[in-house]
Amino acid sequence: MNGHVLAPGTAAGEALVLDEPLSLWGGLDPNSGEIIDAHHPQHGAVVTGRVLVMPAARGSSSSSSVLAEAARVGTAPSAILLGEPDHILAVGAAVAEDLYGARIPIVVVDPRQLASIRAGQRLRIEGDGRIGPG
Amino acid sequence: MGAALAMRLVVRVAQALDAERLIPITRAHVDSCLYHGQASLDFAQRLLDGGARVSVPTTLNVGSLDLLHPELWRGDPEHAERGRRLMEAYRALGCHATYTCAPYQLSDARPGLGEQVAWAESNAIVFANSVLGARTERYGDFTDIACAITGRAPNAGLHRTDARRAVLVLRLAADVPEALRDADALYPVLGIVVGRRAGSRVAALDGLPPGLSEDRLKAIGAAAASSGAVAMFHAVGSTPEAPTLEAALHGGQPEAVVEITIDELRAARDALSTADAVPGAPIGAVSLGTPHASVAELHHIVAELAGRRVHPDVELLVATSRGVLAAAEEAARRLQDAGAELLVDTCSYLGPILRPTPLPVMTDSAKWAYYAPGNIGARVVFASRRECVESAVRGRVWRDPALWGDA
Repeated sequence: MNGHVLAPGTAAGEALVLDEPLSLWGGLDPNSGEIIDAHHPQHGAVVTGRVLVMPAARGSSSSSSVLAEAARVGTAPSAILLGEPDHILAVGAAVAEDLYGARIPIVVVDPRQLASIRAGQRLRIEGDGRIGPG
Repeated sequence: MGAALAMRLVVRVAQALDAERLIPITRAHVDSCLYHGQASLDFAQRLLDGGARVSVPTTLNVGSLDLLHPELWRGDPEHAERGRRLMEAYRALGCHATYTCAPYQLSDARPGLGEQVAWAESNAIVFANSVLGARTERYGDFTDIACAITGRAPNAGLHRTDARRAVLVLRLAADVPEALRDADALYPVLGIVVGRRAGSRVAALDGLPPGLSEDRLKAIGAAAASSGAVAMFHAVGSTPEAPTLEAALHGGQPEAVVEITIDELRAARDALSTADAVPGAPIGAVSLGTPHASVAELHHIVAELAGRRVHPDVELLVATSRGVLAAAEEAARRLQDAGAELLVDTCSYLGPILRPTPLPVMTDSAKWAYYAPGNIGARVVFASRRECVESAVRGRVWRDPALWGDA
């Protein structure tokens, strides 16, 4: 599997597959890494160290701050795979790297390929956007 | 150093948006001054230490607290102090201390038709594009100040003429009563339906009275940007790029034409209330002014109070900007004399500002109704502004039975 890199880096982890888009602002507690959006199907799941797989990002433009704060606290996902580009998360990752040296690769993958990723599957993300078994 | 970081971020956004080049902007509106954690302060400090300054006139969105009335904060003083330091840091970067989600109400901050700007805050973005005809993409934290420092934005999305074409027509159905079309109360509810129907698409709203006021257009946009990802709409006969439906469609065909019926509007209205809204039920507070009240709206509230005092068991909170407050001193004084509280620089759904109450809070704002239950745990009764003011005086929910033509 190959994708378009929005934020570079290498990472590995278990896939946390979201059934619906998530707004990190109001949806992720950066202090615990937990999904706190009560309306979200994966409410209660912890993103920390996982490869977060979601069809799209959603909602608030403050999600970049939440991603950077999660990186500072150490609760961020190890990588994010998206079905469509999102500049809000891309900037959050860039700031996390600049301020804290934390790299959270973000890769846009063809939505059909994204849908083939199973929850719990171990994945490895390479700097050029290649995604393989971890 | 700070400027180089800002440019790296703008380029990162341009790559994500697939823009081939950057374009100059004339103004910016920055939302990064709202505290989301230590990372907010660390980022602002990095820019300050790097000697960065904004290169275009830049307004600031709301922060965590009311700097003019700090006693209205009921939460952790340490959190308030961090929020205050962040608000000050953005001022030190050269931004104007406007601290409002409605910068379009400040005469010297309004961009003109066709002006390229970089605005953050969802309701301000949709107002700039739709009502002023200025051009901005949806910018957010970090990107907004990066554009302000570099004076550049990616040449993508709504900066470009082709992306501003309406692709969807939403038409008010014939069964929506004439009287409701002339009532302020219709417009926030219509906005909720627009957001659900449009998602992130540009819609043309047809069948509305021509020449809608800026306050009604503000209510549509704020609601549509809450229930959907709307960054622009056209109101045929009201907004500058939609003198006709054909103009809004750029002469093309829409993907779909959808009728908005009175039943859909009533259902959207009812879904905005999370508490029992039976007339006569006691309420604990009323929150008006989301987005920040205009001078005209402050005058409406004064008129609806009609010299009466707010019920002693009810907190009536009216949020506006410090700029509007200074331009409406007389109205502000009369509101305070009636027992209302005026809040500036922030919004009552962002933090511990309202008096704690087990009773429901009434609001005329669809955006407030949408976010307050999750943000501050409020139980909400959504109503018209007149119903809100009347209920604040009576201490109990009052409904205008004629307003929606409900059976």
